[in-house]
Amino acid sequence: MKQRTPLLKKAGFQTILSSLLCIILGLLIGYLALLIINAEGAFDAILGVLKNFFKYPTGAARLKYFGNTLVKTAPLLLCSLSILFAYKVGQFNIGAAGQYVIGAAAGLYCALMPGLPWYVCLLAAVAAGAISGAICGALRAYCNVNVVISGIMLNWISLYATNILLKPGMDPTGKDTFRLVKEHQSSILPTLGLDKLFSNNQYVTIAIPISILVAIAIWIILEKTKFGYELKATGNNLHAAKYCGMKENRNIILTLLIAGALAGLGAGLYYLSDFEQWNVNSSAVPAMGFNGIASAFLGGLSPIGAIFSSYFIQHITLGGGNVDLSHYCAQIADFISAVIIYLCGFVLFFKGFLNRVLDKREEKRIQREKAALAEATEEGGNK
Amino acid sequence: MILLLQYTLIFAAVLLLVALGGCFSEHSGVINIGLEGIMVIGALGGALVMRFMPYDNATATFATRFGMFGMVALASVAAGVLFSLLLAVACINFKADQTIVGTAMNLLGTAAATVIVKSMNTAANPDDHSSEIMYFDQKKAFISNIGSFELNWFLVLAAILLVVSIILLYKTRFGLRLRACGEHPQAADSVGINVFRMRYAGVLISGLLGGLGGITYITVGVSLWKFENGVAGFGFLSLAVMIFGAWDPIKIGGAALLFGLFRALGNVHAGIPFLANLELPSAIYNMLPYIVSLIVLAFTSKKSRAPKAEGIPYDKGQR
Repeated sequence: MKQRTPLLKKAGFQTILSSLLCIILGLLIGYLALLIINAEGAFDAILGVLKNFFKYPTGAARLKYFGNTLVKTAPLLLCSLSILFAYKVGQFNIGAAGQYVIGAAAGLYCALMPGLPWYVCLLAAVAAGAISGAICGALRAYCNVNVVISGIMLNWISLYATNILLKPGMDPTGKDTFRLVKEHQSSILPTLGLDKLFSNNQYVTIAIPISILVAIAIWIILEKTKFGYELKATGNNLHAAKYCGMKENRNIILTLLIAGALAGLGAGLYYLSDFEQWNVNSSAVPAMGFNGIASAFLGGLSPIGAIFSSYFIQHITLGGGNVDLSHYCAQIADFISAVIIYLCGFVLFFKGFLNRVLDKREEKRIQREKAALAEATEEGGNK
Repeated sequence: MILLLQYTLIFAAVLLLVALGGCFSEHSGVINIGLEGIMVIGALGGALVMRFMPYDNATATFATRFGMFGMVALASVAAGVLFSLLLAVACINFKADQTIVGTAMNLLGTAAATVIVKSMNTAANPDDHSSEIMYFDQKKAFISNIGSFELNWFLVLAAILLVVSIILLYKTRFGLRLRACGEHPQAADSVGINVFRMRYAGVLISGLLGGLGGITYITVGVSLWKFENGVAGFGFLSLAVMIFGAWDPIKIGGAALLFGLFRALGNVHAGIPFLANLELPSAIYNMLPYIVSLIVLAFTSKKSRAPKAEGIPYDKGQR
C-alpha cells in the first residue's frame, strides 16, 4: 500500500505556510508600529498599504495602476531570481543591487547616447550585469574574497560610476536623465498590444512576460538540468565537487555571472520601459536589489514562488504611498518588508519545530494503536 | 592639510570602532553583517538625546558639555546593544542564517530609523516630512580646539576603546574564552565554557561599539544627516577594515587609518591644490574607499586568519 504523506508534512506546503506566517507577523508588527505613531488612523493606513491600486473607484484606473505595479514587479522578480539562483548555489549575491545599477547604466547609455534599438540596449544591460557579477565571482574563486563584502563594495562603485557615465544624458531641466519618449522612441521596449489590456498604460511592455519566462527557465535550469545540479553541488560542498571532477572555480564564476546577468536584465527591462529615469546625483543604491532579497526568501527560494512574493512586496511598497502623510510616512512599507526578511531567518527553525511536533504526534498515535491491538488480542485469548 | 588630517582621523575613528565591534563578534563565532543597521540605530539613540536634552551653547561649561557627551554616548551604546539583540537571539538561540538576519537588520535599521524620525518630525509639524534631526549647536559641544585642529572627543574615546579592546581580547580570561568559542566551540564547551553566553557577549559588544561608531559618524563625519540614507556602506567598509586588519585590534587600527585617509579625500580634495588641478569628478573620490578596499581584500583574503568556526551556529550534538 502506498503511504500518503499528510499535507502538513509536505515540504512545499510547509514553505507556503511559513511564508504566509512571515507575512502575517510582518504586517502585524507594521500595524503595531502605526498604532504607536498614531492610533487613530492606523487601521486605515495598514488597509491603504494592502489595498494599493484598489483604492481607485473605477475599474479603468484600477487596471492602469495594477499595470504600474506589474511594471515594477518585473525588475524585482529578476533581482530576486538573481539572489535565489546564487543562494541555491551557495553564494549570497548582495551585489545584485550594484549589478542592477550598472545594468541600468549600460542600458540607458546605449539608449541615450548613440540611440541604439531596444534589443541592443537590453543586451548591453545584461552584459554589464554579467561582467559585474563575474568580477565578484572571480574575486571569490581566485582571491577568496567574501562575496557579501565585495558585492557591497561593487554596489557603491557601480553607483558612482553610473552617475559619471549618465551625466551627459541628463535633462538640463531636472536632475534625471532624458525621457526616452522624447529622445529615442526606438529604444523603448515594444508593448505588443499589452498596454491595451491595462487601460492604455504605455509602460506595460514585454518586460512582464519576459520576466515570468525567465523565472520558469531558471526553475528548469536549477531543477531539471545537469548544469544546475553541478552548480548546486559546488555550492553544497566545494571540496566534494572538486573531488568529483567538477571545475569549482569555473562554477562559482558562472553562478555569479548568471546572477549578475539576471539583475542587469531586470534593470534593462525597467529603465527601457521609460517608467522611471536615472537621477544622476543619486547618493543611495536603489532599493530594488535589496528588496529582491526579501522576495527571494519570502518566495521560499523557489523561482515560481518568487513570482508571487515579488508581486506582494511591490504591491505593499507601492501601497505605502497611500498612507496619510500628515501622520505616517511611506517607508512603513520598507519597514514591513525588512521585518519579513528578518522573520524569514526563522523559517528553518519553524520547519524543524513543525516536523518534530508532527513526528511526536505520529509516534503517539502508533503507540496507541499498538496498545489497542495488544489489548484486543489479549481479550480474544481470554475467551 | 590640517583639514585632511582631521577628517582622516575622524573617519578612521568611525571605522575603528565599528571594525572592533565586528572583531569581537567574529572572535565569538558570529558574523555580524548587520553592523550597518546597528550604526544607524545607535546614531538615532544618540541624536535623540542631543535633540531633547536641554542644552545651550552659550552658557555651557565643561561639566555640562561632558555630561551631555556621556549621555549621548550611553544612549548610542544602549540603542546599539538592544538592536544587536535581534542578531543574537536569531542566530544563537534559533540558529538562523547569519547572513540573512544581518541583511535584514541593515534594512530594518534604516527603515525603522526613518519611520521614527519622520513620524516625530511630522507630529511636531504636519508639513515636515524630512528625516533629519536638528542638533547643530549640540554637536559643537564635543569639540576642543587645539590651534586650528578640532579635536573631537569621540576620537579620544575611540583611542581609549582600542587599548581596552587589546587588553580585553588578549590579556584577560574573558578574551581567551571568547576566542576559543570562535575557533572551536565544541572544545570550549568541553572544558566548561558556556558557548552561548560567550557568543551573546561577543554580539552585544559589537552592538556597543557599532552604536558608538554610528553616533561618531553622524556627529562629525557629515554636516547634517538624513536617516533615510543609512550610513553609506560604512558598516561594510568596517568589515573590510577588519579583514585587512586580520582580526587583530592593533592591525585594525592601522587599516582604519589607511581607509580613513581615502574616505577623507572625498571631503577635502577640492582644498588640496595638487588634487584640485586634476579636475576629476567628485564621484571618483567617492568611489575611492570602496575601490581601495576591493583591491586590498583581493590581496589579503587568500591567507585568511578568520576565526575557524565563524558563521556556523553552535550545535551541541555535533562533533
